This record gives sequence, structure tokens and C-alpha cells, in this order.
Amino acid sequence: MTGGLAMGTFDVGSTMMLDTLLPMAAAGQWPPLALPSGAFALAAVNWHSVLFLLFAALTCGFAVAVVAADNVVRMALYLVFSLGSAAGLFFLAGAEFIGAMQLMIYVGGTLVLLVFGVMLTAQAPFVSIKPSSSDRTLAAVAGASLLALLLTAVFSVDAWRGPGAGVVPAPSATPLGMALVGVRVDDAPAGSPVTGRSGYMLPFEIVSVHLLVVLVGAAYLARAKRRKTPRAIDAVASSEPLDRVAAQVRAPGSPSQAPGAANRTAGGSSSALVGGGR
Amino acid sequence: MDMPACHGVLVPVLALNPFTDPIGVIHYLVVGAVLFTAGVACMTLKRNALGVLMGIELVLNGANMNFVAFSSPYLRADGAPTLGLDGQVIALFVILLAAAEAAVALAITLNFYNNHATVDVDRADDLKG
Repeated sequence: MTGGLAMGTFDVGSTMMLDTLLPMAAAGQWPPLALPSGAFALAAVNWHSVLFLLFAALTCGFAVAVVAADNVVRMALYLVFSLGSAAGLFFLAGAEFIGAMQLMIYVGGTLVLLVFGVMLTAQAPFVSIKPSSSDRTLAAVAGASLLALLLTAVFSVDAWRGPGAGVVPAPSATPLGMALVGVRVDDAPAGSPVTGRSGYMLPFEIVSVHLLVVLVGAAYLARAKRRKTPRAIDAVASSEPLDRVAAQVRAPGSPSQAPGAANRTAGGSSSALVGGGR
Repeated sequence: MDMPACHGVLVPVLALNPFTDPIGVIHYLVVGAVLFTAGVACMTLKRNALGVLMGIELVLNGANMNFVAFSSPYLRADGAPTLGLDGQVIALFVILLAAAEAAVALAITLNFYNNHATVDVDRADDLKG
């Protein structure tokens, strides 16, 4: 949708101005938003590229902010912004279903889970565990080296450089759903060496069972444990008869009370708590 | 970028005007590289276990960015995507598996917090010989 809009402005505006703008860019007059005549070349702006730059800056900036922040609550917030902007990048690449799933599963599900984890463990000493400054320096050097390596590898392939042709892709949700149930209705990419392409029925089923097993396992791991040191009421209950324990719960100040009174209020714990003073 | 070997190939990319020229695969790959690097740095630097989890999410998103970029015909100069729809399917699987991984890792973190009363991964040394 956005690609089509951007292509419209691109076709109208910049095909006739590209002949004048490309030599300017090559000659170093950059950015050539002002035409040689001095007019502001708003029609030449490719809004698809501008939106890409906006979302890319948000994604990378908030990703670096996640690394730089010490407070774990702020890290979670920056991660939400970063992954939401990444969903915008997916929309701009024509993968609208992936972008929607990114927003729904990642931002709406996984990160909410992470935020719950942050809330459950955010005791005062753990909200910001600061790494040492030597670790920071080491991580900065290692990260810069890794980024330089990755960028060198990225820039070393000729086929990846250069602007895209701007072929607006067909909506991909229907072919994606058909591929997930095992039927491929999309065309093979031109020049693809693979002739017979399979659907994704089996990986879909494996992922389904995997999700089920994982959720059962997560619920088992995170279940409420029996306490190692019993509470006072449990300790009393293990050594005394049941009616005396109930009487103690009802009136802790007077342990010796009639068993009938305890049986009368044993029906509801709230009434036992409210009527504890009688 | 002051690497002399990289200088010759960087010039044609920087000569593209990002405001008027359509973007290509390489822009997405750069974003993916930044996300991956930030995720790896986050995984190695953070001492909070949840910070390590966030680093994993960033790394998976960097990989997803590359998958989506290679599956998009909009970004290729010849209009022929390398991966086609397969890239989007794999990106979808990565998102699903990231959700599963986050659930299990969060359960483990909560278990560790219940047993040790901390989320500092440096304190998780019970298996140290």
C-alpha cells in the first residue's frame, strides 16, 4: 500500500528529475533537495525512502538505547519502540503480514511477557545492575568490531548495492497462508535454481506442537512452589488437632475456645476474619 | 568507516540520495547488522537476566530484517527477490519461535529468582565445578 503510494510520487516526480539529480549527487552536491533553479523539489522526494529512513533511525536508535540503558524498565520500553519501528520497516518492504505478526506477537505478546517478568523481579537492587566500566569498554570495542565486520560483508556483494527497481509486490498474506497449509500459489522468483517448491505444512505442525509443549513447560517451570520454611499456621496445624488450629485462626489471642465455635465459622474464611474479635 | 579496503565500495552507496532514490536491499541489511550488533552487545554486557533476553530478541529481529529484505521484490534492482515468499515464511517461524523461547526463558528466570532471590546472571554459578 505504502509502496504503491511511494511509487506514484516516484513515477510522477523523480523520473524527470532524476537525470538532473544524479549528476548532482555524483558531483558531491548533497543532499540536492534544492533544484539548480532554486525551487524546492518536493515532488522529487521519494516518501518511501523518507519513511524508511525515519523507521530505520528509530529502530537502530532504540536498539542502541537498549544496550546503553541500565534501568531494566527503560530497556523494556526502548525494546518496545525498537521492535515496533522494525514492524514499520517490514511494512515498507512489502511484507505486511510479517509486520502485522511482529506487532501482534512480538510487541503485543512477547514484550508484554518480558514486562511482566520485569515487574515480578524488579526489586530495588535489581532494577539497574550496572556493568563495570571495563566491561562497557570491552563491549563497545567488540561491538564496533562486529559491526565493521558485518558491514564489510554487506557492502562486498555487488548485487545487493544500488537502489531497488521499485516493483510493488503483490499482497503476500494469502500466498503465505496457503504455503503454511502446504499449497504454494506464489510464483517462484526469477532465476531461482529450485524448481519444485514444497509447502510448509510439516514445519507449521512442528511449530504448533512445539508451542504447546513450550507453554506447558513454561507453566510447569514457573508454577508456585511449596515453601521450604512452613508458615506459622502450617507449623501449628502439623502439631495440633484441626479444631484448635481453626480456633487459633479465628482468634489468635485466645487459643482455648470451644470447638463448636470453630466449626460454625469454618465455612467461610472471610467471615472468620471479620468475626475474629467476637 | 575508515577501512581502506571498504572505501571503494562505500562510495557508490553513499552517492545515492536517500531522499529521492528508492532504497535497496543494502539499507535493510545495514539495519539488520546494527540490530544484530546491539543484540550481541546486550547479551554480553547485561548482568540482568531479562536484559540478556532482550538482547536475544534484538538478534532475532536483526535476522528477520535480513529475511524480509531478501524476500522483497521492491528492494532488488532487477525486481527478482532472492528468497521470494520463503523468506517471509521463515521470518514468521522466527517470530513464533522467539515467542516460545521468551516464555521458557522467562519461566527459568522466575525460577532462578525464586530460588536465589536475584536476577544477576553472575550469581548463577551453582554448576561451576
